[in-house]
Amino acid sequence: MATEAHGEATGLSFHPMDQFIVRPLFGDGPVHWYTPSNVTLWLFAIILATLALLVLGTRGRGIVPTRTQSIAELSYGLVHKMVGDIAGKDGLKYFPYIMTLFMFVLFANFLGLLPLAFTVTSHIAVTGVLALAVFLSVTAIGFIKNGAHFLDLFWVRSAPLAIRPVLAVIEVISYFVRPVSHSIRLAGNMIAGHAVIKVFAGFAAIAAVAPISIIAVVGMYAFEILVAFIQAYVFTILTCVYLKDALHPSH
Amino acid sequence: MISLLQEAATTAAEHTESVASSVAHGETETTTGLPQLDLSTFANQIFWLVVAMVVLYWVVAKIALPRIGAVLSDRQGAMTGDLMAAEEFKLKAKEAEAAYDKALADARAEANKIVAANRAEIQKELDAAIAHADAEISARGAESEKRIREIRDSADVDAREVARDVAAELVRSFGGTVDQAAVDQAVDSRMKGALQ
Repeated sequence: MATEAHGEATGLSFHPMDQFIVRPLFGDGPVHWYTPSNVTLWLFAIILATLALLVLGTRGRGIVPTRTQSIAELSYGLVHKMVGDIAGKDGLKYFPYIMTLFMFVLFANFLGLLPLAFTVTSHIAVTGVLALAVFLSVTAIGFIKNGAHFLDLFWVRSAPLAIRPVLAVIEVISYFVRPVSHSIRLAGNMIAGHAVIKVFAGFAAIAAVAPISIIAVVGMYAFEILVAFIQAYVFTILTCVYLKDALHPSH
Repeated sequence: MISLLQEAATTAAEHTESVASSVAHGETETTTGLPQLDLSTFANQIFWLVVAMVVLYWVVAKIALPRIGAVLSDRQGAMTGDLMAAEEFKLKAKEAEAAYDKALADARAEANKIVAANRAEIQKELDAAIAHADAEISARGAESEKRIREIRDSADVDAREVARDVAAELVRSFGGTVDQAAVDQAVDSRMKGALQ
């Protein structure tokens, strides 16, 4: 999986992975843990976008909403309904956390689609921390709310007794794989989409292929807009499912 | 999980060593192909992510959600209130309609009563007038009858007188003596058949 491959004969140069490099925002020094980097910049862009939509957009507090306010209300309603439907009434207590996650992933994905942008959700360091946070807090909630009964999640009572131990092993493994799949799914989608767009764009250097290349980029871009929303939605809905398992562990 | 990533990173690095060594990586000191697996940037990403998530959580949970929730419940309240007011108005309209209907029926009944009363009164007057006229007519008729009878009676008397006189004169002119009583008797017996 080469980051950079130079086709010297054709003059083509592909750098599909360069867009993911973490750089210091100022100067060329090493990236320490405190260095303001392009990650920092885009993380705060996400905060500003969320502020613009959810806070600035609703400043009128209108009974009849403005356009921005209705989008804010729509996203509120979407996540609120999702939490209520999947995790149940007692899951609504965690609605602010899940809403924060949704807005973060949504704007990270969308802002990452801007030209020259950096996609924070394309890094497993970021999605991994998010998924681990969900995993750990959900597990903690499960044990605090249900005590030892939380382990019922792994003991499938509807199955015959003989195969329950086998199922338990499988359930435990699948439980611990959750944060991995949860994070890799999001980061993988983002990496793949952005890399493919970059590769298509690289072909535009050949005049004969350029129109096809541009059409392909446009098509991919439209597809990526869809993926950006769907992945944010999927990430949130999986969080709700995990939360439901923690609140109601019995099968 | 971190160890797993490290393992993946080192294998990736081995695979791409030949390529990576031939390429100058500029400002990043990574030896792997995939920037996602460059562990040297993890601390930076995670630190800023945590900072950003704390800020974002504060913005969303403390400002945005209470505000949107309040707006939504306000709207719900306004809608419920409006619907209830509409229901109330509908009820009032129904009441008004019922009152109107009742007033209409009352007025109609009153009008009927007045018409009936008038009719009865007129009938009474009419009956009285007819009775009066009948009485008048019968009185007049009786009077006329009386007059006719008087006239007839007087005619009878006159005729008897004339007949008696004529008979007496006839008897005298034939040279007889007039026996008044005989004449009267003769006249009376002749007249009995003629008159009446």
